[in-house]
Amino acid sequence: MVGKRLRIAVMSLAMGLWSVMAWANYSWNFPTPATPIATDTLHVHNKFMIIAMIIFFVVLGIMIFSIFNHRKDKGFKAATFTGPSTAKQVIWTLAPFALLLYIDFILMGIPAYHSVVMMEDTKNGADMVLKVTGMQWRWQYEYMDGYAKGIKFVSNLATPQDQIDNKAPKGEHYLLEVDEPVILPVNKKVRVILTSNDVIHTWWVPQFGVARDAIPGFLRETWVKIEQPGTYRGQCKELCGKGHGFMPVVVNAVSEDEFKKWADAKRAELATASAGADKTWSKEDLISHGKEVYEKNCAVCHQLDGKGVPPAFPPLAGSKVINGPIFDKDGKLIANSHLDRVLNGKNVMPAWKALLNDVDIASVVTYERNSFGNTMGDMLQPAQVKALR
Amino acid sequence: MATETQHYYVPNPSPYPFILSSGLLLLTSGFVFKMNNFAPGVWMMFLGFLCVLYVLFGWFGKVIGESESGQYREWEDKSFRIAMIVFISSEVAFFAAFFGALFFVRNIGIPELAHFDPSLTPYKGFTAIWPSAGPGGMVLGKLYEVAKFEPMKPLGLPAINTMILLTSGLTVTWAHWGLVKDNRRQLILGLFMTVVLGISFLLCQAYEYHHAYTEMGLTLGTGAYGATFFMLTGFHGFHVLLGTIMLTVILLRSINGHFKPNHHFAFEGVAWYWHFVDVVWLLLFVLVYWL
Amino acid sequence: MSTATTTATHDHSHHDHHAPSGVMRWLTTTNHKDIGTMYLTFALVMFLVGGTMILGVRAELFKPGLQLMKPEFFNQLIGVHALVMIFAALMPAATGFANWMLPLQLGAPDMALPRLNNWGFWLLPPAAILLTAPFTLALFGIGDGAVATGWTLYAPLSVQGGIGVDFAIFSVHLLGISSVLGSINIIVTIFNMRAPGMTLFKMPLFAWGWLITAFLLIATIPVLAGAVTMLLTDRHFGTHFFDAAGGGDPILFQHLFWFFGHPEVYILLLPVWGFIPHILSAFSRKPVYGYKAQVYSFWAIGILSVVVWAHHFFTVGMPVPALLYFMYSTMSISLPLAVLFFCWIATMWKGSMSFETPMLFATGWIILFGIGGLTGLVLADVAADAQYHHSYFVVAHFHYTLFAGGIMGIMAGVYFWLPKMTGYMYSEKLGKLHFWMTAIAFNMTFIPQFFLGLAGMPRRIPDYALQFAEFNMISSIAAFILGLSQLILVYNIVSCVRGKGEKAKDNPWEGAQGLEWTLPSPPPYHSFTEQPVVK
Ligand code: HEM
Ligand SMILES: [Cu+2]
Ligand SMILES: [Cu+2]
Repeated sequence: MVGKRLRIAVMSLAMGLWSVMAWANYSWNFPTPATPIATDTLHVHNKFMIIAMIIFFVVLGIMIFSIFNHRKDKGFKAATFTGPSTAKQVIWTLAPFALLLYIDFILMGIPAYHSVVMMEDTKNGADMVLKVTGMQWRWQYEYMDGYAKGIKFVSNLATPQDQIDNKAPKGEHYLLEVDEPVILPVNKKVRVILTSNDVIHTWWVPQFGVARDAIPGFLRETWVKIEQPGTYRGQCKELCGKGHGFMPVVVNAVSEDEFKKWADAKRAELATASAGADKTWSKEDLISHGKEVYEKNCAVCHQLDGKGVPPAFPPLAGSKVINGPIFDKDGKLIANSHLDRVLNGKNVMPAWKALLNDVDIASVVTYERNSFGNTMGDMLQPAQVKALR
Repeated sequence: MATETQHYYVPNPSPYPFILSSGLLLLTSGFVFKMNNFAPGVWMMFLGFLCVLYVLFGWFGKVIGESESGQYREWEDKSFRIAMIVFISSEVAFFAAFFGALFFVRNIGIPELAHFDPSLTPYKGFTAIWPSAGPGGMVLGKLYEVAKFEPMKPLGLPAINTMILLTSGLTVTWAHWGLVKDNRRQLILGLFMTVVLGISFLLCQAYEYHHAYTEMGLTLGTGAYGATFFMLTGFHGFHVLLGTIMLTVILLRSINGHFKPNHHFAFEGVAWYWHFVDVVWLLLFVLVYWL
Repeated sequence: MSTATTTATHDHSHHDHHAPSGVMRWLTTTNHKDIGTMYLTFALVMFLVGGTMILGVRAELFKPGLQLMKPEFFNQLIGVHALVMIFAALMPAATGFANWMLPLQLGAPDMALPRLNNWGFWLLPPAAILLTAPFTLALFGIGDGAVATGWTLYAPLSVQGGIGVDFAIFSVHLLGISSVLGSINIIVTIFNMRAPGMTLFKMPLFAWGWLITAFLLIATIPVLAGAVTMLLTDRHFGTHFFDAAGGGDPILFQHLFWFFGHPEVYILLLPVWGFIPHILSAFSRKPVYGYKAQVYSFWAIGILSVVVWAHHFFTVGMPVPALLYFMYSTMSISLPLAVLFFCWIATMWKGSMSFETPMLFATGWIILFGIGGLTGLVLADVAADAQYHHSYFVVAHFHYTLFAGGIMGIMAGVYFWLPKMTGYMYSEKLGKLHFWMTAIAFNMTFIPQFFLGLAGMPRRIPDYALQFAEFNMISSIAAFILGLSQLILVYNIVSCVRGKGEKAKDNPWEGAQGLEWTLPSPPPYHSFTEQPVVK
């Protein structure tokens, strides 16, 4: 019997070791902290884990001692006590609980108190405010003050669908890469304001030690002060629908100077993009730009081939809405028309007017009307979209 | 606890529970289909409702028969009493959920919405006054606009309803005294008055709802206020309806000579239920209408 | 009957006249043993159903990339897995034991309200149908599958969701009615059906555990019912409980849900805490240590469990005082829990132990549940919880409490009582094999998940970054071993039921105490029609 038990134990140990040896790329603890909160959290966590493990092994040791010695097959005669009887025993019985009280409320309780206070101190000495809006299934960032004030953009998953479908080899940052990372200066206390457009999301970067929910209609806040330049990756961690596993957070921390340079460049880029609304576009340009916009924003639900996932996500191929007019004969936007749906959304479909600029919207509408077998042949000019704002 | 010579009544096998569960399966799945616009929904609900109705008559009929034929003695009676108390406790917890929701939106949710950082808030000019239908805005792709509405006032109909229910609590107690004294006339008269009061309460509430919907602009969709108001008073009203039906059954049984001064759990169970409904109303009156 | 004294005789034959046979016996029965058997069978079947679902999930997570299913379907599987395991496997198993054992242990003729008892069971299959039917309906083009919000049904995701959410809402309602009925029955039985002389403090701890469980159910299940009702009206009848535009608040849902949800954890565990001490005592041949201390701890945990709920959503952002309150109140649960651990180990201490399968499960259970408890203690720390929360660390934690602490405890009970219930012994060899396979595979499945969580893998994701690949692969392989090992359990149960194996004595365990062991194995259809007198 014992021999067999031993065999099983050795086997499982061997399996365990093998699995550890076979791969070098694993991690046993929190990733390297990058903010004061994360450092604090790591310390608190390590301390608590050590306490928990000591408790565990002491108790386990006592149990194992008993299991090996107080056995019937060793002829041990059972005692009959049902509780402590002498005063000395009572004190011995109470001792572990006194110790536990001490551990709970002093040894763990006091550092935990300080961590909470630090974590919630979002406003004092904040250098800038970043507003993060979660939506199915992307993040929007907006700089509320400071040098980059007014810059606003959406950050999408950049991993190609082929990698997800195992049709192409997976890149190094598979699922943790975005088209536009949010840029933050190092060593500045950034107050992060969170909200959401649809359901609850959670903005989480493990190396920052913060995770806070983005709740529709409410504002929540947290803060980060990144100590080292670098790229930091995280994910949404509140179930938010089918794309929940596919809405990463990527933060680039840079020096103050680089941050300013980036802000200038970004502002210029946004200006050109919105200027694009005033010129007249060719159909080809609209379609080719629209394809990019579509793949980034719409394909999650309506699929690359426009077939959708009915009934939740309707197909665009052959759709009545798309294969219908946009404006009535007076040039007014028709309710529930193609453009109305894209601008204002419906149910799960977001209102894109808040997320995309005029060129993007005009292009993607034109693209949809001329793809997936739809042959409307017409096009929508950015200026027409701009006029509706 | 059992004394030495007692025997506990264990009923024969019964088909009712199974039929009732099947009925509920039909009723609920039918309702789901109906809400999602699938055609057979209504029919399934209808069928399920028939099952439930059949069981209600059959099962309660059986229990009444057993009771009248003397199967239930002190020991069983005590079981029923404990069971009724526990059941009413669970009802208390159910209402607590809605009162909790009212407390939460009033004292935590809405003040929070009104007190965001002024430079960031999306709700400029929204203040935390109750009753509130919220600041308005987009809800999952639909625009919700706050409509003008008039809040319910405690005086008038609600105050009258309070009087009605309080009086009905007295009449049912008076009926109970009658039963204990073996004064059947007092029993029947007391119960009859209680039923009448219950029905008047329901009529008043129906009128109040009608008024709210047609003249005050107050509906289930009127934000947090409308939702908590109608769900709380609605579930209470539903319980009054159930209580009234139960009282009617008890009244009919009394007329048929059921119950004895020392053996009338059904009467007491219903009376307790009625008092519970009463107390909930008092809370409603204070917390929903008045404060 | 071997009890010392019996009461005066009576004629009880009237209710045996026309007991139906075949299927009708089970549909209409009012017998506590029949109903207990149905509960236990249902629990076993649903345990396998829920397990199969999650093996689908583990297969998908075997390596990065989407291989087997769409994310939508993945989300349905995880939520339904959890609802099935909690409401249709673990809770019915505990209720099944209550039905079987409470009347035997208390010396009662039956449960107090036999017909309601039957209804309590027969609400479960409809509830299970409501929960899982949308999977099938989707195949016929009706709706888009089962509830895909996770078992927590958080608004507004659940407001947005499809027909599966509606089905889940009504499933929860039926399950709730069933639990309330079961609780009423158990409370009444305990208060009103004990044999003469069986005072409350002479009851087995199992009865105490269930009594507190029943109280918790009565206090919290209706709150869940209220919450899902609000969800239903938000979805279909235009109310604004959970959206800010109307002055509602999505977090309200989380408060209501976890006001039920946290006590639910103890609802799942208290019955197990009830019978484990008796198993430990039986196989240590030594009386239960600290009986009263355990009863008081049950009460303390029961009461604390309804005031700590918000520790499940620290990350939503709460005022500092609220955070601190929920943190410290949660930590204080560790005290009564420590009393229980102390008593369990003290019951074994200086016993004369032997390790038959029930004892193996019970000892393994203490250790594994201990891991669940200790990780729970660190989870209470608000700041660190920002990292643990909704990561695989939490998934591992609650499987140590629910799978180890719940299901493996139930398995200890199964092996302990199987001879009593069926009259036959299971194969000790296979029982031990089952234990070792389960314990080893369980740890191999869930230990890696602790590290995944620490490294930053969120839960409820169908696909993950490359750095999580290794541990996920180990976890998936082990999960399949774990799943397959449960077939041994099924085999053991089936062979006992079919009367293979040795006949069981009235008391097959040398050290087992309690009224149930004074009856023959299996006990007669109507046991204790005359109540024994307990001295
Ligand atoms: C074969 C045994 C089991 C395995 C391999 C297993 C595995 C898993 C996994 C991998 C998840 C996480 C899915 C995710 O968040 O992405 C999960 C979720 C869950 N499981 Fe299990 N599980 C098992 C048994 C149980 C049992 C017995 C219970 C409870 C009685 C249980 C309760 C839960 C709960 C509550 C969740 C959370 C679901 C959610 O996110 O809503 N599991 N399980
Ligand atoms: Cu998410
Ligand atoms: Cu909890």
